[in-house]
Amino acid sequence: MQQSDSLVIGGVELDSRLFIGTGKYSDDALIPAVCEASASQVITVAMRRVDKNGTGVMGHIPSRMRLLPNTSGARNAEEAVRLARLARAAGCGDWIKIEVISDTRHLLPDGYETAKATEILAKEGFTVLPYINPDLYVARACVDAGAAAVMPLGSPIGTNRGLRTKEMIGILIEEIDLPIVVDAGIGRPSQACEAMEMGAAACLVNTGIASSDDPVAMAMAFRRAVEAGRAAFLAGAGAVRSGGAVASSPLTGFLR
Amino acid sequence: MDTPVLADTFAPGEAHFDECLAEWPRERRAALASSITERDVLAALEKDVLRPEDFMALLSPVAAPFLEEMAQRSREITLRFFGRSVNLFSPLYISDICTNHCRYCGFNADNHQKRRHLSVDEAAAEAFALADAGISHILLLTGDARHIASPQYIADVAARIKPRFASVGVEVYSLTLDEYRLLIRNGVDSMTMFQETYNRDLYEWLHPAGPKHDFLWRLNTPARAAKAGMHSVGIGALIGLDEFIHDAFCTGLHAWWLQKHFPGVDIGLSVPRMCPHEGSFEVKHGVGDRQFVQYIAALRCFLPRCGITVSSRENANMRNHVVPIGVTRVSAGVSTAVGGRVVDAENSGQFDISDHRSVREMTRDLAALGYQAVAKDWEACDF
Amino acid sequence: MRITVNGETEEITEGLTLLDFIIGRGLDPGVVVAELNRDIVAKDNFAAVRLNPGDSLELLHFVGGG
Repeated sequence: MQQSDSLVIGGVELDSRLFIGTGKYSDDALIPAVCEASASQVITVAMRRVDKNGTGVMGHIPSRMRLLPNTSGARNAEEAVRLARLARAAGCGDWIKIEVISDTRHLLPDGYETAKATEILAKEGFTVLPYINPDLYVARACVDAGAAAVMPLGSPIGTNRGLRTKEMIGILIEEIDLPIVVDAGIGRPSQACEAMEMGAAACLVNTGIASSDDPVAMAMAFRRAVEAGRAAFLAGAGAVRSGGAVASSPLTGFLR
Repeated sequence: MDTPVLADTFAPGEAHFDECLAEWPRERRAALASSITERDVLAALEKDVLRPEDFMALLSPVAAPFLEEMAQRSREITLRFFGRSVNLFSPLYISDICTNHCRYCGFNADNHQKRRHLSVDEAAAEAFALADAGISHILLLTGDARHIASPQYIADVAARIKPRFASVGVEVYSLTLDEYRLLIRNGVDSMTMFQETYNRDLYEWLHPAGPKHDFLWRLNTPARAAKAGMHSVGIGALIGLDEFIHDAFCTGLHAWWLQKHFPGVDIGLSVPRMCPHEGSFEVKHGVGDRQFVQYIAALRCFLPRCGITVSSRENANMRNHVVPIGVTRVSAGVSTAVGGRVVDAENSGQFDISDHRSVREMTRDLAALGYQAVAKDWEACDF
Repeated sequence: MRITVNGETEEITEGLTLLDFIIGRGLDPGVVVAELNRDIVAKDNFAAVRLNPGDSLELLHFVGGG
């Protein structure tokens, strides 16, 4: 019998383990087709001031998608909290991806400020998904602060370099009892597959899809990769080593 | 009895190990153990991070033919995390008056041998003899008689001897949170508490009376000590009381759970095997040497960073051979009797030891194996 | 009268509600979030809130992001 393998975050059951973004498309009009091809159910957006002729991205997002607004632009916990509250006022749910970055050169998240913002927003009833360096202590602080999942980066944002932080993400998967959503750095489907095979709960892919030559086809490729990786994780990897006791017994030869 | 146990140890909603153990009832363990295949064993040997299910695979009889491979894997992990060093310690029995009736123990209250309770001065004299012999990590042991060997008495001995030891540990009866804090304030940094067996019915039969009878109170003691702020917490089952696979599995599960919930505490394991003693207890589930080595290797694969202690219950030959496989801590200069070094002893001790090597002899023998005996592994910086 | 909108000072007609102002800008009040003098204004209140001289208004919406 087929067992359900849905991912539950903040009480919401998701069938798809691929989260997608809305940034960096050559044309936002591609987004509906990307949503369709990826089968994703969660999509990130950013919050910005309206400009004179800006139309925003909402018109391109199918209504079935769950919105995951981020707090990009926030340089500390206070700004992240302000952005999160504004995002909730838009009336599209209470999920929030905390992103606090004050280093514009490397765009690495500030774990301390992120955990602070997580605590405040979790208390206000948000479903909080903090974007962090895969640091065990920061992840634990986010768990204690009431996060619904943690989102460690695979490599610096936008680099498409894959799972450079694989060892550290492995430790989070081992130690943290919340879903681990690998965010940032996943440029190719094989990298997403690898993350899922390790036991990540989901992957968030934006640049890898948006900056490809054919985002719709790439969205489909990522969908299949994430599904394949998940299936492999559930199936359990087989032993590589061949069986049978070794001929000489240098360590246990003393036993009769 | 349950409510005060939890009230003392845990805040409401805080996780405790008896819940984890309840998720692994005997039937579930037995079903898992009987489902293990050769493939499961090989897969467990391939993994970097093992789950409790993998640990069970390595403990099972199906893994027995792979003992050498397990030992190789265990050695490789141990070398990576501990290098070629072994910590030396010595136990010091300071009081053998005991109100418990543990059916298997030489200190059982029903054994009407003469007892000895050292004064603080006498205990210090014995301890300093160990320090003179080169011991820096000492483990204080008492029977369960809190009206005589009280928490304050243990704290007083610890405070007196601390200046001459890098680490003072205790292996005494189960204390309250506040009592552990009292010991810590007086220089104690580590504690060892053997569950003896994780089989509750058997446990209650083995400990028919006395304060030790309460299974849950004892089961949650290591977490209580960790919560109080102990730097190191050691656990172990007395192998031979229950079927090997059950107590071996639960010991690993307990350590795994403690590591997860107290990441700042150094969790250690001891692997005591029952040996003859003065009473007439029949060891029903004794384990042979091969299974004993399998136990050590399985623990090492499952818990790569746990210290593993093998006491002088094991003979010199066994200890020499399990050090390269995965043991990181051994005792030396051991006597299980109260007194005997400087002050007079009244009896021959809690159990017969098999390895009588002195600190000097142990250091020499470890060197011959290619290992350095480390007398001082750690010391709190606030002393 | 003068108010500040998204950091820039603007001259606007007196007596406008927030809803009037948003619609006058050609924006969809359904997707715009408003923060008036650092307080978030609930969408239901756009029609009830009247703009006053010296107000500082932030109008935001969702844009592409990862």
